[in-house]
Amino acid sequence: MGMTVSFLILAILTLAGGVAAMTLRRLVHCALALAVSFAGLAALYVNLGAEFAGLAQLLVYVGAIAILIVFAILLTHSSETELQKVFSPAGIAGALLALAVFAVLAWAVVSSGAAHSAASVAAPQTSMREIGFALMQRYVLPLEVIALMLTAAMIGAVILAVRPTSGSEPAETQAPRNPELRA
Amino acid sequence: MISARSADQVFVALDHWIVGHVPAPFQTLASIVIAVAMIIVVFAALFALTTVFERKGLGRMQNRYGPNRVGPWGTFQPLADAVKSLTKEDVVPHRADHVVHYLAPLVLVGVVFLSYAVLPVGRNMIAVDLDTGVLYFFAVGAATELAVFMAGWSSHNKYSLLGAMRAIAQMISYEIPLILSSVAVIMIAGTLSTVKIVEEQARYTAGIAHWNVITPWGLAGFILFMIAATAETNRSPFDLPEGESEIIAGYFIEYSGFKFALFFLAEYIEMFAVSGLAITLFLGGWSSPVSFLAWIPSWLWFFGKLLAMIFGFIWVRGTMPRLRMDQLMNFAWKFMLPMTLIVILSAGIWRFLSPAVVGPRPLGGVIRWLVCALVIFAPYILLARKLERGHSMEKRTYRFAE
Repeated sequence: MGMTVSFLILAILTLAGGVAAMTLRRLVHCALALAVSFAGLAALYVNLGAEFAGLAQLLVYVGAIAILIVFAILLTHSSETELQKVFSPAGIAGALLALAVFAVLAWAVVSSGAAHSAASVAAPQTSMREIGFALMQRYVLPLEVIALMLTAAMIGAVILAVRPTSGSEPAETQAPRNPELRA
Repeated sequence: MISARSADQVFVALDHWIVGHVPAPFQTLASIVIAVAMIIVVFAALFALTTVFERKGLGRMQNRYGPNRVGPWGTFQPLADAVKSLTKEDVVPHRADHVVHYLAPLVLVGVVFLSYAVLPVGRNMIAVDLDTGVLYFFAVGAATELAVFMAGWSSHNKYSLLGAMRAIAQMISYEIPLILSSVAVIMIAGTLSTVKIVEEQARYTAGIAHWNVITPWGLAGFILFMIAATAETNRSPFDLPEGESEIIAGYFIEYSGFKFALFFLAEYIEMFAVSGLAITLFLGGWSSPVSFLAWIPSWLWFFGKLLAMIFGFIWVRGTMPRLRMDQLMNFAWKFMLPMTLIVILSAGIWRFLSPAVVGPRPLGGVIRWLVCALVIFAPYILLARKLERGHSMEKRTYRFAE
């Protein structure tokens, strides 16, 4: 009973966030609504007993991705979208894409067999310890590959961001210094 | 001994007593409400205490009196401040985004209070003993950045937006060393649960507790953690986001009355929370440093340590000048990040230099300590030399100020 009430509240919150993200007119509002939706999803994971997944979702999506989206909106100066008709070509294409994604997900859920047995079988209680062992032993190679890829991406981003300077002097010496402060 | 034991558990017993008088169906609800109410009341009261403590302390450091009008020695100042902020007019800019402007302080305060759920403030005194406690703390803290952005963006003021941008850049940069320096503790304790981390440190050898701060990696990690925590909570010398002399008050410039007080509250509550986590991770939580003082109630130890940490924050604020933006970023990415990685390496070496490898207790322990200290200290010297290159360190002379 308690389970279903909390599930209902969180599901409504998540869906409301998603609907608001699609219908609000100012892009920053959409991004904030999306963050609410992310947080609701994280709470749903925790509600289902997947604490680690929920907290990681909160840390990554609310803490990093929402901020990234908000900054991207701010820096591109397009915080107001034009009103579009619902039955525009873009709208129809979007609806078709959404339907396709939903169909694939629904097919995956139905064919996995979890949908039939989930009601009777209790969710397995995986402790943080087991997740740690799995990451460090069984899945250590994928983890290292991902780490390498992220490092490469970060170095690439730094190279793109650094302005090509004339000399090879390090960045600190170019920082603006007030000559008045010097003797 | 029995009296010491009961003094230690007096609040737990009180909690059980109250819950026991509630009808059975509502007992879970009652214990939740009690825990939440206690957290809000105790830490909000500590906030009121700290404001006067800070103003008095800063006054002492700057050779002035500090507040001394309201009540004896100005101790009723927080009450006067509360009445003032409640009765002030709530001014919202005409062009502000009203809904987001209204929500930002509420989101910030709510999120900041959430992190107290996993802080053990005494033996058996914790709201939720999560298996993933430390991760929860950081995950919940991640949402503060969004609240800061909401406040800065919705005010429609260039200073508030600049302040919010600065604050977010700073929080994201210093969150990495903050999390990485606590990774060392998690590695050694082998758990993310705050309760187990404290229990691990509450063991005694020859009367001295196994606090993480007495190990070389713990000491270095603690210092790095506190630097990152100071930046994370926008305290001086990292208070660029709200630098009064440059951008007036940063992201909450357009807030007045009680909403401003809420921002003020959130900032202090966040400082207490992150200090509480530092105590939990490095300073043994509620445990006493030496076994013969273990009769002092555990919650007294925790709050005593918390007050000491708060005094440290005030002391630093009264001593250090504010950093420049490029210094702040260079410090985070070129010094803090490599040092935290070295601390993790040192903690790993500490883990494998068990008594079986380096020999029996007294001598083996010393060898282990020295090796791990060297692993941190040598890279520190090299890194500092490298970063110092090109910077003249002689005494600065100022044309107009001497």
